[in-house]
Amino acid sequence: MNAPLPRDWDTLRQSRTRRLERAASLGFGKEIPVDRIIDLLEAVIQPGDRVCLEGNNQKQADFLSESLADCSPERINHLSMVQSVLALPSHVDLFERGLANRLDFSFSGPQGARLAKLVQEQRIEIGAIHTYLELFGRYFLDLTPNVALIAAQAADAEGNLYLGPNTEDTPAIVEATAFKGGIVIAQVNERLEKLPRVDVPADWVDFTVLAPKANYIEPLFTRDPAQITEVQVLMAMMAIKGIYAEYGVTRLNHGIGFDTAAIELLLPTYAADLGLKGKICTHWALNPHPTLIPAIESGFVESVHCFGSEVGMDAYISARSDVFFTGADGSMRSNRAFSQTAGLYACDMFIGSTLQMDMAGNSSTATLGRITGFGGAPNMGSDPHGRRHASPAWLKAGREAYGQNAIRGRKLVVQMVETFREHMAPVFVEELDAWKLQKSMGAELPPIMIYGDDVSHIVTEEGIANLLLCRTPEEREQAIRGVAGFTPVGMARDKAMVENLRDRGIVRRPEDLGIDPRLATRDLLAARSVKDLVRWSGGLYAPPSRFRNW
Amino acid sequence: METLEFRFDSKPASHAADPALCGVVGSGNLEILVKPGIEPGACAICIKTSARGFGETWQAVLGSFAASHAAGGTLIAINDMGATPAVVTLRLAQALAEYQGGAQ
Repeated sequence: MNAPLPRDWDTLRQSRTRRLERAASLGFGKEIPVDRIIDLLEAVIQPGDRVCLEGNNQKQADFLSESLADCSPERINHLSMVQSVLALPSHVDLFERGLANRLDFSFSGPQGARLAKLVQEQRIEIGAIHTYLELFGRYFLDLTPNVALIAAQAADAEGNLYLGPNTEDTPAIVEATAFKGGIVIAQVNERLEKLPRVDVPADWVDFTVLAPKANYIEPLFTRDPAQITEVQVLMAMMAIKGIYAEYGVTRLNHGIGFDTAAIELLLPTYAADLGLKGKICTHWALNPHPTLIPAIESGFVESVHCFGSEVGMDAYISARSDVFFTGADGSMRSNRAFSQTAGLYACDMFIGSTLQMDMAGNSSTATLGRITGFGGAPNMGSDPHGRRHASPAWLKAGREAYGQNAIRGRKLVVQMVETFREHMAPVFVEELDAWKLQKSMGAELPPIMIYGDDVSHIVTEEGIANLLLCRTPEEREQAIRGVAGFTPVGMARDKAMVENLRDRGIVRRPEDLGIDPRLATRDLLAARSVKDLVRWSGGLYAPPSRFRNW
Repeated sequence: METLEFRFDSKPASHAADPALCGVVGSGNLEILVKPGIEPGACAICIKTSARGFGETWQAVLGSFAASHAAGGTLIAINDMGATPAVVTLRLAQALAEYQGGAQ
């Protein structure tokens, strides 16, 4: 028998102890003076560390990000960043200034063009672009952070944290870091003697710093009803009558675009007129969209669990605690990991939009010269083969896809797009830009957001294509062309085959659904402006100033 | 500005009421006037548009409309400010439904 190799079994704990000793030797206690944050970061972060910088499309640990970018690249370098979102200029500064050289992430929105440039210059190595759940999962496997830099609303003297309504990613990040020998540093907006509630216990947190200004939050989920068009109203009518009602969709997630905002605003009017109250849209995995207020006030909505919060919605949420998840203190508790899990496994439907779709139904929001990532859409917009519980919507979709003797159901994954975007750019294309992007970035796969075989329905102004009922790849292609309108790929349809698909109910036009086009006006929207939303909320919704035009 | 004229065969419209006006001339939008025409089995369309060079798309959009709706015996005048085919199709359906005075 071989003797076991001698080794230390607690190197992570030893490393953590040394880091904390270095900080102590510089005179640091748990509360870090704001002007000494760089000294602390340089004391506890080591070259080659895996660092998680908290930030998503809402809350951002912006002060810690800027401070890390201001550290000396002589002291801190070769960092491997693991983070949900690359959103702030300082996130990219880390790479441009030579502090970090590797990145695993989910979404890069506004920094997409700078990121693409760094990749082409080979100054950044991208590990992978993940969905949020994949990245959170890897925090607990092979991408566990050595150091997590997070954002909280408030800390008490012991270091307990209150996260406020924007809990978001913090629990997942802190749990992975604190229980694997890592260091957790929190920027806070305020210090309180007594916290409204404890979201993170003090013994999971090593240091807190009072940021010079409150952490940045982006009002990403606010859609001004004034910008919703009549074509979007028509598409929303089709979706409600042709999909929501027919499948009896009660548990769902919506994307963030104007198309789905129109559906939210048609629930108290059009859907109520169709007698659908209580039959559809009762349980949601959704951020607190202001455009959902009229549906909530009309009694459509029983429950909403949120990934994060939304600027201006806090008082409204607190006053509607039967609907939203709130603490004993009254404020909301969001949680991206749990809400994404709900979106993946507990929702019967995802409906969202895209920038491009090919003839196999693959869709992508990637455009040339930008690396944007996916966020949560691929989790929500996929049929989870691990699901086992049944629901009427899931079973009906399963029977349509696999026949009457189906042994599984099917999630509804709906893509809702106008056939042309602005400047007459067609959404339906023969080949996605994602393929060119793959080549130019040297990536292993094209950045496809939602795979065609996961898509169940496509809604355009021309009609609804039900891909579940298609039996051959040719039928799928013609069903997609059959709702692609007057785009070049739509004009290239096989007209006879599309009419045959229409006879079989695979392609349906507004008139096939019994929709009167004269009703498709903005008068059908329950709210036609942000001010209307405020009125619906009884004055509880406080929109950010950029959405106030009164 | 560009002026385009088309004529399509179409089943006779069910009911000729007063002329119907639908939509507004604003960016990305259009105004459509439907009134009685001369030929019962055809729909004559005249377009004034701010977006030049989309004649083929207009032909396809309007041809599809005339084939899928009973629009014969009408004269349709369009003032366009760069509406997408989606907006044009919706407006045409709305204007014709209005012209027919409630008949579907």
